[in-house]
Amino acid sequence: MSMSDVYVLAEHRMGEIRDITFEMLGKGWELAENTGGKLVAVLLGYGVEDYAETLSSYADKVLYFENEGLKNFNAEVYQRVLSQLIRERKPKLIMMGHTGFGMDLAPALATELNIPLATDCIDLFFEDRKLVAVRQIYGGKVNAEVVLKESETYMMTVRSASFKAGEPRAEKGEIEKISVSSELTETPHKVFVEYIEPPKGEVDITAADIIVAVGRGIRDEKNIPLVEELAKAIGGVLACSRPIVDKGWLPKDRQVGSSGKTVRPKVYIAIGISGAFQHIVGMKDSELIIAINKDPKAPIFQFSDYGIVDDLFKVVPELTKIIKEIKGGG
Amino acid sequence: MDIIVCVKHVPDTTEVEMKISEDGKSVKFEEAPYTINEWDEYAVEAAILKKEKYGGTVTVITIGSEDADATLRRCLAKGADRAIRITDEAISGSDAYAIAKILYNVIKDMKYDMILTGAQASDDGYGMVGVILAEMLGIPHAALVKKLDVEDEFAVVRRELEGGLEEVLKVKLPALFTIQTGINEPRYVSIMGIRRARSKEIKVLSLKDLGLSENEVGEEGSWLKIRKFYIPPPKKQAEIISGSPSEEAAKLVEILKSRGVI
Repeated sequence: MSMSDVYVLAEHRMGEIRDITFEMLGKGWELAENTGGKLVAVLLGYGVEDYAETLSSYADKVLYFENEGLKNFNAEVYQRVLSQLIRERKPKLIMMGHTGFGMDLAPALATELNIPLATDCIDLFFEDRKLVAVRQIYGGKVNAEVVLKESETYMMTVRSASFKAGEPRAEKGEIEKISVSSELTETPHKVFVEYIEPPKGEVDITAADIIVAVGRGIRDEKNIPLVEELAKAIGGVLACSRPIVDKGWLPKDRQVGSSGKTVRPKVYIAIGISGAFQHIVGMKDSELIIAINKDPKAPIFQFSDYGIVDDLFKVVPELTKIIKEIKGGG
Repeated sequence: MDIIVCVKHVPDTTEVEMKISEDGKSVKFEEAPYTINEWDEYAVEAAILKKEKYGGTVTVITIGSEDADATLRRCLAKGADRAIRITDEAISGSDAYAIAKILYNVIKDMKYDMILTGAQASDDGYGMVGVILAEMLGIPHAALVKKLDVEDEFAVVRRELEGGLEEVLKVKLPALFTIQTGINEPRYVSIMGIRRARSKEIKVLSLKDLGLSENEVGEEGSWLKIRKFYIPPPKKQAEIISGSPSEEAAKLVEILKSRGVI
């Protein structure tokens, strides 16, 4: 192990390795080439030899820490295991997902070790000995290039879907299994109780061919029927972005985005949705995307095939009217 | 139950055009209304709900210029008891790590059962101040909390993961939680509340008051230094349908027809 290695923390949950892991490993090859070190997947778990085996096709090496106490993610335990690892082996870079796991773990681990951390990065590269990260600010309207303070080790959390997943290689990496003492996995302060699955809704938006989605631009709960009527007229289902669910205007099972559902309908009509990244990841693979928004600079237009830059309160009723006429007459 | 909430006064740039200065060193926008960070609004509500149930106090803390008093007043009007603002020119250029350091120095000698922050800020979106602060204070934490209950010396929280999944944790108090939007329904500010808030004092502190030197904050005291800003290059740009609202609607319908949707 050398001090130029690039570590990727494997994220897994409820029986599967999560996509973000393979995306980081995809990017990791390029970074390891920059640093002249090895690409190392770091796996913490219990009875997940098969994950280690899988990961070995995507990295030079897999470090597999095994203990029953590592079965489910727990930032307190993960921090203890990883801080010891980083102190001992001093990798150049450790990457984790900017996810529910990474956001709970990375800032505490970086602080404990005083390692510079950049979060929610959409790109990163080495420039001489410096590490540069690209982050989005102001809801994706501006990119910022940030330089991390020079250090022996750096840490990053990476936004999901920023990098292409790596491809498995014919030549497998070595697996080093490290047993973890049970003392290390005791959690006096933070105990995992259970996972709670989202309630099943009355409508499965992931099965719909046409989705009409409404966002913050609708302004008031009493305006929702305006969009609902369009959805009905066109034969689609009504969905929404996060703020609508946060306000309690539509149930959670209608939410499209990273904390809601991922949809791939034939047509996705986004109404009054600005296009925060968290929403985009949930709908970007739709076949045809149409956006109606009065802000011409709204990021949603960068992910749409067609756009109408206008007041939704004027356009949507017109649209509903014409579609009703056609359908009624057809 | 004594609760501290860290809040941030941010510009609402959802409908504002952003411009970058020629040298790429600064972001410019006009007439963006400033208000409390959306996530922090939920954190303040969570704190006030706990105070109403268990008694105790709510203290709000922010870092910023005098403008940020508007956000503190809003919190006081809703039911917070005390407000503290840290201000100093040297703070400019601080990243999340330097901000957490300042907050740590304010909070370390205070008495509290719980600290709440928003899960992230709508402007720079680091999503890390709260968790760094918890580590500095040596208390447990949980990020992205969507449900928060107190059971004796523990908090039982639900953290939001991806795809609607939630994780239930039992965390020993005192602890820090970063609050996710949608955890509650933030109350409106009442006229009565605004009146009551007027008589409440906002304590203003400088770095010197906290025993911090200038090089511990700002760019020098940060992990990250912003080198340049730029407007993201468009991945693809939608074909814009133009005309009056009825023309736009008619053209869109033609497109949908040609695609066999209608």
